[in-house]
Amino acid sequence: MDDGERAKDIELRRAPEEPPNTDERPKWDNKVQYLLTCIGFAVGLGNVWRFPYLCQVYGGGAFLIPYLIALLLEGLPLLHMELAIGQRLRMGSIGVWNSISPYLGGVGVASLTVSFLVGLFYNTILAWVLWYLFHSFQNPLPWQSCPTKANHTGLLEECERSTPVNYFWYRVTLNITTDIAVSGDPQWWLVVCLALAWCIVYICFIRGIETIGKAIYVTATFPYLVLTIFLIRALTLPGAMLGLHYLFTPNWETLKNPTVWLDAATQIFFSLSLAFGGLIAFSSYNPQKNNCERDALIVGCINSATSIYASIPIFAILGFKAQSNYNDCLNDNILSLINTFNIADGNVTENNYGEWLSYLNSTNPYEVEQLHLKTCDLQTLLDQSASGTGLAFIVFTEAVIKMPGSQVWAVLFFIMLFTLGLSSMFGNLEGVLTPLLDLHLVPKCIPKEIFTGLICVVSFTVALIFTLGSGNYWLEIFNNYVGSLPLLVIAFFEITAVIYIYGANRFSDDIEWMTGHRPNLYWQATWRVISPLMLLVVFLAYVVVQAQDKPTYEAWNPQYVNFPAPEVLAYPDWVYAICILLAAVPCSFIPLWALYQFIPFVYKRLADRQLKNPFATDGHNILRHIFSQILFLTAYASLIYVVTL
Amino acid sequence: MWVWIVCLLTAAPALAEPLCSKEVCDNYGYKVRISIKTALGDKAYEWNESEMFLFRATVAFAMRRYTSDETYNVSDIVVCNKTARVSFWFLVTSPANTAQLVPRGQVEAAVRLSRNRINSAFLLTDQTLQFVGILPTLAPPISYDTPPWLIVFGVVMGVVCAGIITLLLSTLLKRTRSKKNLLETEEEEDRRGSITANGRLCESLREKDPGRGHPDDVHLSKL
Repeated sequence: MDDGERAKDIELRRAPEEPPNTDERPKWDNKVQYLLTCIGFAVGLGNVWRFPYLCQVYGGGAFLIPYLIALLLEGLPLLHMELAIGQRLRMGSIGVWNSISPYLGGVGVASLTVSFLVGLFYNTILAWVLWYLFHSFQNPLPWQSCPTKANHTGLLEECERSTPVNYFWYRVTLNITTDIAVSGDPQWWLVVCLALAWCIVYICFIRGIETIGKAIYVTATFPYLVLTIFLIRALTLPGAMLGLHYLFTPNWETLKNPTVWLDAATQIFFSLSLAFGGLIAFSSYNPQKNNCERDALIVGCINSATSIYASIPIFAILGFKAQSNYNDCLNDNILSLINTFNIADGNVTENNYGEWLSYLNSTNPYEVEQLHLKTCDLQTLLDQSASGTGLAFIVFTEAVIKMPGSQVWAVLFFIMLFTLGLSSMFGNLEGVLTPLLDLHLVPKCIPKEIFTGLICVVSFTVALIFTLGSGNYWLEIFNNYVGSLPLLVIAFFEITAVIYIYGANRFSDDIEWMTGHRPNLYWQATWRVISPLMLLVVFLAYVVVQAQDKPTYEAWNPQYVNFPAPEVLAYPDWVYAICILLAAVPCSFIPLWALYQFIPFVYKRLADRQLKNPFATDGHNILRHIFSQILFLTAYASLIYVVTL
Repeated sequence: MWVWIVCLLTAAPALAEPLCSKEVCDNYGYKVRISIKTALGDKAYEWNESEMFLFRATVAFAMRRYTSDETYNVSDIVVCNKTARVSFWFLVTSPANTAQLVPRGQVEAAVRLSRNRINSAFLLTDQTLQFVGILPTLAPPISYDTPPWLIVFGVVMGVVCAGIITLLLSTLLKRTRSKKNLLETEEEEDRRGSITANGRLCESLREKDPGRGHPDDVHLSKL
């Protein structure tokens, strides 16, 4: 057995891979750093503002069933595979796929592109979080009340018609335009916040995992501390139980709806940050003899547990907000009643409002009708769900105003969001840097620190799009089209590459060598059959659902008839073309790279058959060049054609 | 004589009656709504005649403050149409001539000027002591010389930039130091090599990486 093992060690160490760098590969100080970094990458803003929303929309507790099934059948297997392959081959994403097969390098390039594009808009969200954080140090909070007009006779009209919170978000922060076609100017305050966000990312990244490993102790653990504080505070607020009851009451009917299953599958996928290349990069810094199976289970389970844990304080606070709004609505009605009918103040309370109303309706129905009392429905208020930036910057900020000690809660909340996002940014940037450094695409004269700085500067410059007046609309586009479809495609190719090209048996042998035991039936079944199938089904279903209706977006237009309701507009054609490009370009790298590698192979075969032509080598390069150019052009042309259809 | 006195006494309230009529109130008076329980909750006091007296006194004070010469008295403030809501109308008569009513505009200006004092006398706010028709004065927005957010931003940005520069410099220093060390050790080795007479032979004999060897030297040394 011992001899056999030693032979296997030798055989595996001689496995085809690019020779490692002459410098020693950086490594984690300890296991905890590595685990915290992976957890930090997986646990991001989506755990706080996407999962609770999905839970609420899809019938509370019942959503957990498709979610956990998706985790078991899709999330954990893919996670284990990425960590194992990175640890085994000890390279970033492009290097790993190149090692498996030279035709598959495109998968790595696609991961790199997606990581870069996602990093752009993700850091912009962090810039917005910083802006709100800095404004939380004011008393009173600036989104608490409307600003007055220039002559102090009344409040600003745009603010008065909507709410102060909406006004602060759309006008003061974003200064949003009415339409995506209207670009507006870059807002200087957002530019400086974005610069600061990139500086903070850079300082954590300067020395690679050396500095990340130190920073992650804070950025990965702080959100849990804040969530616990919020949990305790939120549970003591009035109306908290209402929100929790609403969140967790299972509505089993929703399970019959196929979009629930689709959303659960996509949510678990994006939540674990698979297919970005970041996880492969992180695990490549591990020693090869490391139990990656246990790591995968830990990271996956903690990620899902965090989602569920985060939804409790979020929903308790939303329940509190619904209760407060309901009370305000009721009190407005009570005031109208006692003013009209001269009932003593304090006689009509929230409890006996119903009786009084029916009594007054029977005695003076006409006058009661004239009052135009608002219907205060608690259920409608609870149904006002929000996800994404709407949850954080509108709904939550409104709830925070009503809590005593608003500044403290606002500061805590925004620091939590910032640390959650920062730890995810580490993974994004790592998915960009490690492949480039591994492939020695960086000239030797540029030290790693300067190269990292260059990447940050380039990203900052491109991300200036999001600081324009129409920036929020563009961010939504990036979020919907880059951070969704390409990842599914990349993950599908990843798992088929590992299982069917690298070989499932060879992969299992590797894992046995690394962890000490062979992956069991669960892993085998999910890797070989269930996960690829599920990915394919999810991808097709996603495309079908997306293709069904023309995509629309919600615009903030003060001139709109139904303002403050958002105006629903359709994307202009050129914007739609950009959306398709954003989704298609990362995916197109996979076939293009394969073709690019295939050409010299074909040419060589042809040249071998014919006589050796002295001009063959030159012609070979020129032909390859021309062919690749034609391919690119035809690809883009066909995309445009599809769009115009 | 007695008859005249009795007639006057009975006529006096009758003379006061038209003051509380609808047209007079609409033209010269203001409606007031007081919500003590909403404002104070458990600490609410009861609205009685003494409180009404205080109200009339504060309005008289407001008129005095506004006009700053005419001596208004509690008797110049007339209250009518009291309801259980605690709402009523009030009118202001001129101290010089009780039959003459002070115009609405003046009353409004006087109340606006002393609104804060009137509110504090009753521990109420603009919303709970409501003068119907007199809008509450909007608090001017707080304006800062330097917005606080810029200060926080400046501090954080300064710390981060300082950190970046420090880290870059320390990395640079480490690199130059290690390069210098490497050069020094190489020089030392070269020096040691030239001390022995047959330097090249020593070099080829010394255990170095065979890849780094000088093939020409080895070839020559065979001679």
